[in-house]
Amino acid sequence: MPKKRISRRRFIAGTAATAAAITAPYVSTSYAAGSLSLGMWDHWVPGGNKIFDQIAQEWAAKEKVDLTIDYLSTQGNKLLLTIAAEAQARAGHDVMDFSAWEPAQYSRQLEPVGDVMKEVLATNGPITEAMQYIGTYTGDWNVVPSTRGSLILPPCSRIDYFKQEAGIDLQAMFPAGKDPAPEAANWTWDTFLVAAEKCHKAGHSFGLPLGATTDSLDWVGSLFSAYGAALVDAKGNITVDTPEVRQVLDYSKRLYAFLPPDVASWDNASNNKWLVSGKGALIFNPPSAWVVAKRDAPDVAEKLWTHAMPKGPKGRFAPLLPRYQGLWNFSKNKSAAKSLLVHINKPDNIRKLVAGAAGYDIPPYQKLLDYKVWDDQGPPPGTLSHYPNRGDQRNVMPCSPAPPPIASQLYTNAIMPKMMVRIGRGESIDKTLAWARSEIEGYSRQ
Amino acid sequence: MVDATMKSDAAVARGRQSSSLQRTFQRKSTIAFLMTLPLILLIAVLVIYPAFYAVHLATLNKTMERYVGFSNFLFLFKRETFWMVVWQSCIFAITAVIFKAIIGFIVAHLVHNIPSKGQRKWRGMLLIPWVIPPAMSTLAWLWLFDPSYSAFNWIFERVGISPIPWLGDVYWARFCVILVNVWIGAPFFMIMYLAALKSVPEQLYEAAKIDGANWWQTMRFVTIPMMRNIIAITALFSTIVTFANFDIVRVLTRGDPLDQTHVFATWAFRVGIEGGDIPLGASVSLFMVPILTIGAIFILRDIVKRGNEA
Repeated sequence: MPKKRISRRRFIAGTAATAAAITAPYVSTSYAAGSLSLGMWDHWVPGGNKIFDQIAQEWAAKEKVDLTIDYLSTQGNKLLLTIAAEAQARAGHDVMDFSAWEPAQYSRQLEPVGDVMKEVLATNGPITEAMQYIGTYTGDWNVVPSTRGSLILPPCSRIDYFKQEAGIDLQAMFPAGKDPAPEAANWTWDTFLVAAEKCHKAGHSFGLPLGATTDSLDWVGSLFSAYGAALVDAKGNITVDTPEVRQVLDYSKRLYAFLPPDVASWDNASNNKWLVSGKGALIFNPPSAWVVAKRDAPDVAEKLWTHAMPKGPKGRFAPLLPRYQGLWNFSKNKSAAKSLLVHINKPDNIRKLVAGAAGYDIPPYQKLLDYKVWDDQGPPPGTLSHYPNRGDQRNVMPCSPAPPPIASQLYTNAIMPKMMVRIGRGESIDKTLAWARSEIEGYSRQ
Repeated sequence: MVDATMKSDAAVARGRQSSSLQRTFQRKSTIAFLMTLPLILLIAVLVIYPAFYAVHLATLNKTMERYVGFSNFLFLFKRETFWMVVWQSCIFAITAVIFKAIIGFIVAHLVHNIPSKGQRKWRGMLLIPWVIPPAMSTLAWLWLFDPSYSAFNWIFERVGISPIPWLGDVYWARFCVILVNVWIGAPFFMIMYLAALKSVPEQLYEAAKIDGANWWQTMRFVTIPMMRNIIAITALFSTIVTFANFDIVRVLTRGDPLDQTHVFATWAFRVGIEGGDIPLGASVSLFMVPILTIGAIFILRDIVKRGNEA
């Protein structure tokens, strides 16, 4: 078989082509920085997803990243199931949305994001203590606190029922666009109890859920904090039988008598419906109940006022339900994900997110709580003015200061609401405390 | 010559081999096996593999990093809530199956006695609760029991009866989850019993009539013995499905109030997925297996025994 000879001319042409290919400048394709996928919480507020899309895609276009965003509903636990499945399979999205104590549950599968937080904190200033507590449980930050979806659950009350039945003028106590008036110092859990009784007798009971749901846990958690009652201390010691816990339980017994009879099985929608139906005088909720009332029952919406929590012996605490973005440690594009997380948390973008969600989202940075968006909402004008913290109110994460792995169990199993129901149904305090101790001992299992 | 003989032997052997292969493929059992193979593979992938994986998970510690043998089960045995869930699951399944069987039996007889012209229409209507996806129909029930908008309580208030905390009181909540399960499941019993009733030879009833048997005697000595196997299999199947129920309790009460409506599946979800303790959740769900196996062995043994007697 004759050998194919390479001519001199052909050799020169080939060498030139190879040299050109090696030395050619790198021309980036449309998605040169690879792809990135996010599994995000599906926002309740219309427009909440759209504004996030805009912010993220603007970054993707600039960085040449093929970005996919899936909005996963919490209805039917779709988001929670996706998180659990991806953690097991070690595959799926790059960035996931986490809530409450979930970052602690999945800390082993999360990439440290201390470098992201260094940049974010440098521009946004100090972060809410409660979010730092969960986010830095492993030492370094393992999630990035999110503005989108983070909320607090203060009281949303009927102005008319409070005035007529309890003699309390909420708008005078918490005026629109201003800090609370001096009378707000009298807005304590004792005053709350008296108002609950009066409204209950008038047929407008407070709608306070006590089932195994986040709404139940959040308001009960802030009640416990207001009395300085904690079931487990920061070192993990069980502190169930303390004078503070007994005091809260004694209070619960009295309050339970003025609640609707089926609160022990209410879900997160029940309290909203209670208020929107016109039956209830007060619930603890973010502005979603008011937004629904504005759409479905405008005559109810114009009588609603969101205001500060009642104060207890240890202070005034608003329950926080935080959200975070976490980066799976099996992600294939960590550098792009970190760049996006920094971009989302720039002050201008936080401003856009809050406005896009009509004030439902609360930024975790005190420095960024000066927006007018809450003062501008209505009717009635300024109804959400006291949704973010004003005055002496601080945020608290229910079940803290327990170490996150135990706190997440206290939270999931709704120990505190269950204690209140047991007491409310006539069980002795000693028996309830013994039950709680036995349950909590089980949560310490490794 | 020898070579020629050997060649012809080989050809015969090949012929035999191919005809035996042909025969194998022509056998009904082989065809049946091949046709069910896709389903067998599907079951292997979706049922058998997850079942063994659940056993594997149940033997791991909370962080899923080390093998702990039966520790998860031993831990569960010491938990008050676990025994409450066992008790509730038994009450839920046994009560619901008994009521489904009774209602199904009565309705099957009623439908059987409808003239055949209008029977199909009734059969179709009565099957509706069973064919609607349970999560959807349970949601409709949830609205009927809703604290603010309950249709039942609205009617009660109109006639001067105090509203009932349907899902807030332990006993009412248990009643509600059982009621919804019976509503969804009774049509299945009805259709199975109806099929059994239709297969009872008419001559047996004629003979009983000639012998002077009354309604009760006909029922006791003809109808029920002829339906026994169907009753047993339907009860077994329903017990398994009811024990493993998830959607009704999850949609209606989520185990509230005070965990007193939890069944195995909903509590396993609470512990495993919501609580982030997957090994313990797997252990809770596996606890159903021995209970159901014992039940299945007894019922199937009885059916086989009766089959042999026949």
